Amino acid sequence: MTTQEKVWKEIPMAGVCWKPSTQYLTGDWKTYKPIRDLEKCTRCVLCVLFCPDGAIHWKPEKEDIEFDFNFCKGCGICANECPVDAIEMKLAEET
Amino acid sequence: MAVAKQKMLALNGDEAVAYAVKQSDVDVVAAYPITPQTIIVERFSEYVADGEVDTEFVCVESEHSALTACLTAAATGARAFTATASAGLALMHEILYVTSGCRAPVVMAIVNRALSAPLNIHCDHSDSMVERDCSWIQIYVENSQEAYDSIIQAFKIAENQELLLPVMVGLDGFTLSHTLENVQTLPDDLVKKFVGTRKFPLVTSHEGKNVPFKLDPKKPMTIGPIDLYDYYFEHKRQQEEAMQIAPKIIQQVHKEYAKISGRRYGNGLIEPYHLEDAEMAIVCVGSTSGTVKTVVNELRSKGTKVGLLRLRTFRPLPVKEITKALENVKAVAVMDRSLSFGGHGGAVFHEIRHVLYDASKHPYVVNYIYGLGGRDTSPNLIQKIYRDLQRILETQQIEKPVQFIGLRE
Repeated sequence: MTTQEKVWKEIPMAGVCWKPSTQYLTGDWKTYKPIRDLEKCTRCVLCVLFCPDGAIHWKPEKEDIEFDFNFCKGCGICANECPVDAIEMKLAEET
Repeated sequence: MAVAKQKMLALNGDEAVAYAVKQSDVDVVAAYPITPQTIIVERFSEYVADGEVDTEFVCVESEHSALTACLTAAATGARAFTATASAGLALMHEILYVTSGCRAPVVMAIVNRALSAPLNIHCDHSDSMVERDCSWIQIYVENSQEAYDSIIQAFKIAENQELLLPVMVGLDGFTLSHTLENVQTLPDDLVKKFVGTRKFPLVTSHEGKNVPFKLDPKKPMTIGPIDLYDYYFEHKRQQEEAMQIAPKIIQQVHKEYAKISGRRYGNGLIEPYHLEDAEMAIVCVGSTSGTVKTVVNELRSKGTKVGLLRLRTFRPLPVKEITKALENVKAVAVMDRSLSFGGHGGAVFHEIRHVLYDASKHPYVVNYIYGLGGRDTSPNLIQKIYRDLQRILETQQIEKPVQFIGLRE
């Protein structure tokens, strides 16, 4: 949760968002973090398609995927869907 | 502006509401039928079928959906109306809070009816009194004429740019909803002009731009998303602020309406009746105040100093006005057509005693629970209440602060 300090008179009514959702870093909610085995990973990009938060990106210049840990909530769907078991969920505080 | 020439129609309370909605240039009506409200949407659907209005009429599968449809329509900038009663309002409970939280100025007629069980279709105020905390303005009317007038006023109140709160107009089931009355109606064009078109305050969107407060794909914004411990509290404080300015806006709209219609209901918040020199007063809401007025006239003709304070607006509670109106009264009987079980009386009683705690003089205040499930409240019962107040003043003692009246004991 990003710390904010605006008082009630300064914010728009009805919960209208006054900044884009990309400014709310939801990645710090996570308990588990996906750790990828680069040897096993076939770059099939199924994890990119399944990620509910759009936190895994395909980087054409690197021909590889990249996790965006600012938004990855650690749900583990990528690890579950990976056809070659290349992703392991580890306690975030231990990584 | 001079008072307009009006047309007298024979309408029951529900028809009066439907007629007011028809004249108020409403964009969306979504509703589900429930007795004793059904006539409102039935009549209105006829207006739609006959091409008398260009309103989008949405037949939904429940009241939960009805209010959701109205709330979302209002969020896009439409003028939206629905009507319900009893169990229908209870089913809307969740969405009542969503509507006010999204600052969607929906107007809803509540045809007050008891809640089950046992099943009962007749009037009491249990359905709307239990919703007093949901940040909706609540207006209770005395007769069908006032139901017509209040619905028209409600759109203008709700849509005020400073306010943007939904409004409930409560009318007593059957007593008003199904009873034919002479109702003076204003010309169509005048009502349309009075309610006007919706205007939108500017708010800062997620793109950092100031845009009109409505959902518009060309000027996107998000209304009412997740809001945790960092901002939820601040948004609730804003709703309370709107409630604080509401009395001013309700009075202003009431006054403007009086100019074209010639009709006033006190100051729009409270209607004092013979209170100037009254020693004893009844406080109540809704149609029973008509019966109380008859009894006040009768007792006054015999020289008894009695009066009535009718609360027209229950939310926001007109604290200052109540305090002032009752400042010289020595004994007050508050009549409640609902009961907070185990709560030492009914909702109106709680609030009136609560307001008077801060007053400079403290009258005796007692509570009468009456008319649950449509039980008739005759002038005899009202006379008994005034006799009880007389006895309290003579003995300087309250025997029972909370009593039932009209109950077989």
